[in-house]
Amino acid sequence: MSDITQSGPVLAADGRPLKRSLARALRMQKLRALLLIAPLLLFILVTFILPVADMLFRSVENRIVQDTLPRTVEVLADWDPASGQLPEEAAFAALAADLKEAANVKTHTKVAKRLNYENPGLSSVFRKSGRKVKNWDIANDGPFREKLIELNDGWGDVELWRTIKTYSGTFTSGYFLNAVDMRLGAEGPEVRPENERIYNTMLIRTMRMSLIITFSCIMLGYPVAWILANLPTRQANLLMILVLLPFWTSLLVRTSAWKILLQQQGVINDTLVWIGLVDDANRLVLINNELGTIIAMTHILLPFMILPMYSVMQTINPSYLRAAKSLGATDWTAFWRVYFPQTVPGIGAGSILVFILAVGYYITPALVGGTKGTFISNLIAYHISTSGNWGLGAALGAILLAVVLALYWVYDKIVGIDNVKLG
Amino acid sequence: MADASNVDAFVEFERVQKSYDGENLVVKDLNLTMPKGEFLTMLGPSGSGKTTCLMMLAGFETATHGDIRLGGTSINNIPPHKRGIGMVFQNYALFPHMTIAENLSFPLEVRKMGKSEREAKVKRALDMVEMGAFGGRRPSQLSGGQQQRVALARALVFEPELVLMDEPLGALDKQLREKMQFEITHLAHSLGITVVYVTHDQTEALTMSDRVAVFDDGRIQQIAPPDQLYESPDNSFVAQFIGENNTLEGTVKEINNGIALVQLDDGELIDCKPVNVSRPGERTRVSIRPERVEYNKERLQEGVHTLKAEVLEFIYMGDIFRTRLRVAGNDEFIIKTRNAPDQVRLQPGQQIEIGWLPEDCRALDA
Repeated sequence: MSDITQSGPVLAADGRPLKRSLARALRMQKLRALLLIAPLLLFILVTFILPVADMLFRSVENRIVQDTLPRTVEVLADWDPASGQLPEEAAFAALAADLKEAANVKTHTKVAKRLNYENPGLSSVFRKSGRKVKNWDIANDGPFREKLIELNDGWGDVELWRTIKTYSGTFTSGYFLNAVDMRLGAEGPEVRPENERIYNTMLIRTMRMSLIITFSCIMLGYPVAWILANLPTRQANLLMILVLLPFWTSLLVRTSAWKILLQQQGVINDTLVWIGLVDDANRLVLINNELGTIIAMTHILLPFMILPMYSVMQTINPSYLRAAKSLGATDWTAFWRVYFPQTVPGIGAGSILVFILAVGYYITPALVGGTKGTFISNLIAYHISTSGNWGLGAALGAILLAVVLALYWVYDKIVGIDNVKLG
Repeated sequence: MADASNVDAFVEFERVQKSYDGENLVVKDLNLTMPKGEFLTMLGPSGSGKTTCLMMLAGFETATHGDIRLGGTSINNIPPHKRGIGMVFQNYALFPHMTIAENLSFPLEVRKMGKSEREAKVKRALDMVEMGAFGGRRPSQLSGGQQQRVALARALVFEPELVLMDEPLGALDKQLREKMQFEITHLAHSLGITVVYVTHDQTEALTMSDRVAVFDDGRIQQIAPPDQLYESPDNSFVAQFIGENNTLEGTVKEINNGIALVQLDDGELIDCKPVNVSRPGERTRVSIRPERVEYNKERLQEGVHTLKAEVLEFIYMGDIFRTRLRVAGNDEFIIKTRNAPDQVRLQPGQQIEIGWLPEDCRALDA
């Protein structure tokens, strides 16, 4: 056959390379497939990918200082904060000009707010001065150094000028440093004083509690999944409805129910006191702490653990256990050596699901966590909706995302993502 | 026939009954005795109770009533892992997360055997089924036939005296199945193990077994060596189930000297061997094997009753010819003839006369 002996690419009947012919033949099919998923793709792009990208960008974006105080930033470029000296008159003049312009369009409060994140107290200096500077004549009223310091002695502080200079770049690492309890000091990044540290503790607490929740879900879910997989279909369906029932109830309702159950005057404590197991004066603290969050979240996330485990267990032929027993294994050995290893993919899938959900959980910890049982996401929510420090919220979110991806990678290395089965 | 003396009985079922729902008996009054070293096949349609019997013997099902004994001791209350019975499952049940060697090593590990001894035994067992080179592979990397061999080796590696096989060749293609049939019987005989083999494939049962127990409706219909089972079925179920079979219905006219004269429903008379009939006037179903029917007048005995037949269809099957006839109103009467040079090829529409030896024609229950 000449086809076999010829060198070079295999040709189709019309003489074109076979690869190109194949690609052409499949192109139409691929295009049609793409068209089918285009609405979803577009939806995800607009409502998910773009917002996420925008938020991630906010964690490093810092154009506001440059945009609001362009002249000041330019003049300060030549100033060395390490000298300990206040900048020259030119800087004060530039600032006065910038501030007047900003105050006219009321953007000076925004830059004040931004710089206040890095150096608390700065906001009031800007606000108070802005009102006065609005009436100044920049061309004739100089020099401004004494005038500004007289207006607000904050302007005589080298630290203020250093803050402006440090955070004048288009991009900043400030939010990320802040998110790991550090800041940009005079000599580069430095750890914040102990009383200002909070985010690392929160991140570690979030990880630790998520692990505990995941583990509790495994311990509680495994037997349920096993029963589900081994009951006759009719009873299994009934049990499955019970497992899925929480999905059909509002998350808020379920969480509030836990409040009623767990609080010190709640059902559980009342019962224990009534039985006499617990003294009325020493009622158990079951809520508004870590324990409350763990109990409520284990309950809420349990179905996410049971379902993947169940679907894996369902595919395990009962003849494996029989084979193990016929080969001489006791019930326990048969379970541990033969059945359990085959369910590991289900445990893995459930654990990833539960852990990732837990790490980002927000409503339940906010409601039952008190101060000791809140998660990093509660802080993110605080920064996004209350403090307005979107940059810091975004940085915290980005770190959370990175940690989850890293764990996912580690998991892939150890267990192998191919081993994860959701059904 | 079942051995009545319990002296060399190795496996015994005594009046065993099994019900799953408390309303219907899946196994009804089962009695069975097997000597050591026998290859016994339980054959029957699905739902006939054969697998249930095997599971009771293995210990995965408990008998509702009756006694199951192994080597003289009752095993009703012994859990499966203490019975020491090897078992080959229908889907092989090789543990997917272990390599082949680990699969074989498993029964030895749970018996707390030392490592070097384990390795030697695993190697020997794998070599025995010609799978020595595959110890490091996973079951999913093997073909169906190879998995089958490994399953067999795993059931034998801990040297059980009794091995149960639950339709082990069901998933293999025809050629491989025939090869494995031979290998399994060969292995069983050379190792001297006792085998209980469950299948619904009658060819498999006939070619492999020392004895075959035909199950239907929760009872053993007949237990006999293959040739006896084929040539002298005890009842019409066995006759129908084992091999191809022609049936004609009629009434017994008289029984003389071990020969029954049967009047078929269209009035014709034939000679039969009475099996389940004892007196004139009884309804009977006459059974005759397709290859025992003769239409060459020269080969028929003098004075034998013959029947008129019309050829409906001639099928060339290579080694044999299969001819469909209309006999006594039955359109599905089949005869098989060997493809020999002097063999006549019957033409559709041809009128012939057929006959047979009276002992080949068995008058069974109606």
